[in-house]
Amino acid sequence: MTTNDVMDLKGEGWLYSSIVEDHFFAPRNVMKDTLDPKDYNAYGEVGARACGDIMKIWLKIENDKIVDFKWKTFGCASAIASTSILSEMATGMNVDDAYNISASDIVEALGGLPKRKIHCSILGDQGLRSAIDNYRTTKS
Amino acid sequence: MKRIYLDYASTTPVDKRVFEAMKPYFSDDFENASALYSGAQKTKQAIENSRAATAKFLNCSSDEVVFTSGGTESDNLAIFGSLKTFKKGHIITTIIEHPAVLEPLKELEKRGFDVTYLKPGKSGIITVKQVKDALRSDTLLVSIMYANNEIGTIQPIKEISKVIRNFKNSQLAIRNSQLDIYPLFHTDACQATGYLNMNVVDLGVDLLTLNGSKIYAPKGVGVLFIKQGIKISPLMLGGEQEMGLRAGTENVSSIVGLSKALSIISKKDYIHEKKLQDYLISKLLKINNIRLNGSIKRLPNNINISVEGIEGESLVLYLDRKGIEIATGSACSSKSLEPSRIITAISNEEIAHSSLRITIGRFTTRAELDIFLKEFKDSVYKLREMSAL
Repeated sequence: MTTNDVMDLKGEGWLYSSIVEDHFFAPRNVMKDTLDPKDYNAYGEVGARACGDIMKIWLKIENDKIVDFKWKTFGCASAIASTSILSEMATGMNVDDAYNISASDIVEALGGLPKRKIHCSILGDQGLRSAIDNYRTTKS
Repeated sequence: MKRIYLDYASTTPVDKRVFEAMKPYFSDDFENASALYSGAQKTKQAIENSRAATAKFLNCSSDEVVFTSGGTESDNLAIFGSLKTFKKGHIITTIIEHPAVLEPLKELEKRGFDVTYLKPGKSGIITVKQVKDALRSDTLLVSIMYANNEIGTIQPIKEISKVIRNFKNSQLAIRNSQLDIYPLFHTDACQATGYLNMNVVDLGVDLLTLNGSKIYAPKGVGVLFIKQGIKISPLMLGGEQEMGLRAGTENVSSIVGLSKALSIISKKDYIHEKKLQDYLISKLLKINNIRLNGSIKRLPNNINISVEGIEGESLVLYLDRKGIEIATGSACSSKSLEPSRIITAISNEEIAHSSLRITIGRFTTRAELDIFLKEFKDSVYKLREMSAL
């Protein structure tokens, strides 16, 4: 599901859906300076500065279950909203299930993204998998 | 919510005085200027008066002024029109030109022309020596913008035209005399019009593009100055308007609006905007990790900065939510997903992704800039807090 460049799904005049707008302007689960990365037992990172998107993800995993998900993202509105909504989707999930979250799951949860912005959400699922891989490596 | 418009380089609002001058030519004096009856003579007169006023502004004669539909058409006419009779040849331009120049040149490249793209240094300014070194015996056209649309930097047009003139003189003995007028020198002066010396004799240009929608005239009207003796073929066929160079019933109201807009331009705007520019730059550079893109030798309306750690589109949208309208060179904001070619050329892609263009104008106030600064700092704080950089 994608929206076109100037309208959201409801036909309102915004570049992104209202869900994207909500997560972009009021992002959930941001890794703030007041938090300590040491409290998290998994870390993942994707993206490149020259491409314009970088995502960092910290997870607290207990008994293979994601109990806390914090992130930082450099990027446009859809990159920020994708990470924010992903943090809500993945929290409470078993790592194996979370590993299967796909880019299209994120796009769907966001109520669609403009076509040319889909790659931003692809970054989100990659970032999460990178963190889970990190967890599995350190666990074994 | 009151909007604060800080994107004047994109387009300007129509000045109320301009709108007043245009009004009679919609429903009252509307006749087709090509007709014989006296009503039509009135519209014809309005066009010719506008042409004379425009010529006076440019210090040229009336028959050197062609009205077009805007900057893009003027650039296309200058490039395709002046090279229509050639199958090949060399053209010099810069990589920081507007797409209205670059895309026609790419098309000519496909058709067999050879194009040299000059690249400015960090300053965003092309040197006279770069042009001098690029000139060749088969160079037919040099097209270099007067002031850049993204970073406002000013190119040394007068000095470049001198180099081209000297080169022409040196070629006279060896060249076919039919090529005496080449290379032609075109400048896109769309951004410069309201601020810089527009005397075409001083500048020494053969072709000059000017756009109404950047100078408080309406969108959809522009000018191409074509120096006497320059051979140009029309792009639009189907009428004898504009000395046969631009077919189509004249857009009388807009032509009148354009000449009115030119008559309003004054040094006062320059001084007003320069003061605000100095103020805003000094305030912005006090914020951590913000850099000015391009030389300070720029138009008084342009401020282009990069905000480290923040992607431009995000910042534009955060500010839009507060009613503030600015532009960015970030890839995410462009259809092509390529970051600004200009910022990338003078620095790198990372800096381009984080670039913002703030352009002020005749109606900008210091109070507006103070609101902008407050909201800007607030948005920068929020976005940096969630940034992975």
